Amino acid sequence: MANLTINGKTFTLDVEPDTPLLWAIRENVGLTGTKYGCGIAQCGACTVHMDGVAMRSCGVSVSEAEGKKITTIEGLASGDTLHKVQAAWIAKDVPQCGYCQSGMIMAVAALLAEKPKPTDADIDEAITNICRCGTFQQVREAIHTIASA
Amino acid sequence: MNKHVSPKMNRRAFVVGTAAVGAGLAIGLDLPFGGPAMVRAADGSPEVNAWVVVKPDDTVVIRIARSEMGQGSLTGLAQLVAEELECDWSKVTTEYPTPGQSVARKRAWGDFSTGGSRGIRSSQDYVRKGGATARVMLIEAAANEWKVPASECTVAKGVITHKASGKTTTYGKVAEAAAKLTPPADVKLKDPKDWTIAGKGLLRLDTAEKTNGKMIYGIDVKLPGMLNAAIKDCPVFGGKLKSYDEAKITGMKGVKKVVKVGDTAVAVVADTWWHAKTALEALPIVWDEGENAKVSSESIAKWLAEGLDDAQPAYVGNKNGDVKAAIAGAAKKLEAVYNYPYQNHATMEPMNATALYTADKCEVWCGTQNGEAVFAAVLEASGLSAEKCDMYKVMPGGGFGRRGQTDYVRQAVLIAKEMPGTPVKLLWSREEDMAHGRYHPITQCKMTGAFDANNNLVALHYRLSGQSILFSLRPEALQNGMDPAAFQGVAQSGEAAIGYSVPNLLVEHAMRNPHVPPGFWRGVNVNHNAIYMECFMDELAHAAGQDPLEFRRKLMGNHPKHLAVLNAVAEKIGWDKPAPQGIYRGIAQVMGYGSYVAGAAEISVTEGNKIKVHRIVASTDPGYVVNPAQVERQIAGSFVYGLSALFYGGCTVKDGKIEQTNFDTFNSMRINEMPKVESVMVPSGGFWGGVGEPTIGVAAPAVLNAYFAATGKRIRSVPLRDQNITFA
Repeated sequence: MANLTINGKTFTLDVEPDTPLLWAIRENVGLTGTKYGCGIAQCGACTVHMDGVAMRSCGVSVSEAEGKKITTIEGLASGDTLHKVQAAWIAKDVPQCGYCQSGMIMAVAALLAEKPKPTDADIDEAITNICRCGTFQQVREAIHTIASA
Repeated sequence: MNKHVSPKMNRRAFVVGTAAVGAGLAIGLDLPFGGPAMVRAADGSPEVNAWVVVKPDDTVVIRIARSEMGQGSLTGLAQLVAEELECDWSKVTTEYPTPGQSVARKRAWGDFSTGGSRGIRSSQDYVRKGGATARVMLIEAAANEWKVPASECTVAKGVITHKASGKTTTYGKVAEAAAKLTPPADVKLKDPKDWTIAGKGLLRLDTAEKTNGKMIYGIDVKLPGMLNAAIKDCPVFGGKLKSYDEAKITGMKGVKKVVKVGDTAVAVVADTWWHAKTALEALPIVWDEGENAKVSSESIAKWLAEGLDDAQPAYVGNKNGDVKAAIAGAAKKLEAVYNYPYQNHATMEPMNATALYTADKCEVWCGTQNGEAVFAAVLEASGLSAEKCDMYKVMPGGGFGRRGQTDYVRQAVLIAKEMPGTPVKLLWSREEDMAHGRYHPITQCKMTGAFDANNNLVALHYRLSGQSILFSLRPEALQNGMDPAAFQGVAQSGEAAIGYSVPNLLVEHAMRNPHVPPGFWRGVNVNHNAIYMECFMDELAHAAGQDPLEFRRKLMGNHPKHLAVLNAVAEKIGWDKPAPQGIYRGIAQVMGYGSYVAGAAEISVTEGNKIKVHRIVASTDPGYVVNPAQVERQIAGSFVYGLSALFYGGCTVKDGKIEQTNFDTFNSMRINEMPKVESVMVPSGGFWGGVGEPTIGVAAPAVLNAYFAATGKRIRSVPLRDQNITFA
């Protein structure tokens, strides 16, 4: 059993303590916006926030996540008000297939929370998610648009 | 060693597949454009024709048969229909017809397959006619109601007006009457010069749900009572499943069933996928790996190298003059051997499909590039007839050619068949996805160029040795054994024609098909052919003591469209001016998928092996541009895919298996490694070329040629990872 706080709600889940947070979120809580890409914390498709820090949820066990405040892509907006990263992603038409974008958006949201006006070097260092469609150009432009707003 | 995986040609699937394809070729312009029998959409709204449904609130539902997988053609195709329909773009939504519905209606929506950069170019004509026909019928319905000639009515944004009487109505109000009319026999399409919706960089129609987690990909499908399956297929292609010890995982949490899948694979079905995967990893499995277990990258390379020998048989793909005589009599000659490896598509979403089987129905939900191929696979694997099967497309997390195949669909249906009435979602682990790709084919190429005493190129011998995709996947498309697609980019004519005139030319292919299954991988054969030809052109220019751009231009006098895009990148990158200090340039051009493309790169190299790409310029002439914003994204994305393959890709074979297992051993570019791609679109009209793939061809050679300019070293082997070259 594990008690997880996700998007402001508490869930008591019947899972083994070593279950990756990713699969607990997807299969036990039922929030499928967080994606599986590699399972070895390489690609970033499963990025969520744990106490505000971007984490690759495939590499975090539910036991490590207990007691932490977890936010997934579904919990990023405030009610009907989109998070500024989501709004910029729509305005700049960032996603292609979109599969990596939940993780990309979560990583960018965490970066901007820490550094509201990131330089290109900051972006290069913080955003290490894989996107096979190759949306990097739009990702960078959208970040700068948010930063200069 | 000439072992290959023979395509399994089940008779039923073959009949369905070819019947479907045959109908597609036959229908062409005869696609049904509505009436007289009225068809209603699921919610009761009338279909004006197969492509257009108008709801009473004026919402226009545009049907899209081709798959969206990120390339944007869902939006582009909707723009083309809306352009002719003259509807209000803000009221447009889209939906996919299912292959089952299409087959039941004599293939009303034509071809579903979405590959070869065909999404728009191969359907633009009939979808535009679908929109135009619906417009004519809607106007006629209004004119009939008003008892005025239709010719006196005009329409803008879905509002029909009869100026003389001052009457107006909307599409939503007359759709019911329009759907009962006989469609016009012929319609005139707009001149693209007059487009107001198409040709514009409109925002995509499918973005919002990709930013809030709501978009449903195959991996996200949920059905009541659904179970989850993890699978392992014999890691040696062509090997078989010998045995497994089910007792070792009996009682593991959540495990419901262990299923043998065909002759080669075993799956564990459990309540969650995590439980299924955990149990599968604990399951002792014995494989019968067979003869292919002796194959390695080294043995494949040796076999392909033997094919470079002129004494070995080869298919001739392009020829003029007498190459051998010209080389023998030349003042100077240059020879080089290049190679290109296997590549995995590595779509971000691993392969998956959800199947529900009962004795009288089989349904599948998955992301696919070819709904009709999935449909045929469902029929084959379920053993049920067409009217008892269907498939529902959901968003694929990347395609790149991999999701044109249906191996994972067949597996899902075979598993579901063991559990009638229970939906089962089969998901491959990333490791399974790496081990069971349909890989970019492996090739080598020996090129020999010969000059006369004045450094004019008088002969070029281009000898490929390696794998044919069509041999494995579409043997019926071979021409007396030859794979015509092997010559993409170096063909005599057609949609992937060579851009150079050389007095004596011989392009040939010694086909050698190792056991690793090949597939269509974004760009396909253009990828290696463009590297071979464009890097060797650079070598020839250097040998002739000429500027690489000027050297090419002299050979391109008869190829004005190829030359125009090359000139466009040269101008944009400033080829005629010196590059900044420490920056070096490379250039390349190719034709593929009906489009002319060129690319140029500016790079710097530190410590001899660390590359920073500072600038990329790419140009394309696809004839027409339906959505410039999406074309720009496809060009930039193709460079990310192409340069990832150049630097980090490459799948190697050991003991008959693919060695790379995940993104730690098959890396992909990150944002810090990718500069902005400056795209230059020069659509010249009069033809329709593709967009998703062509520019990938020039990505690698532009960078490799710049690397030579920087270091004086030629790299003739991909990936750079294996040459100890990486990003700075």
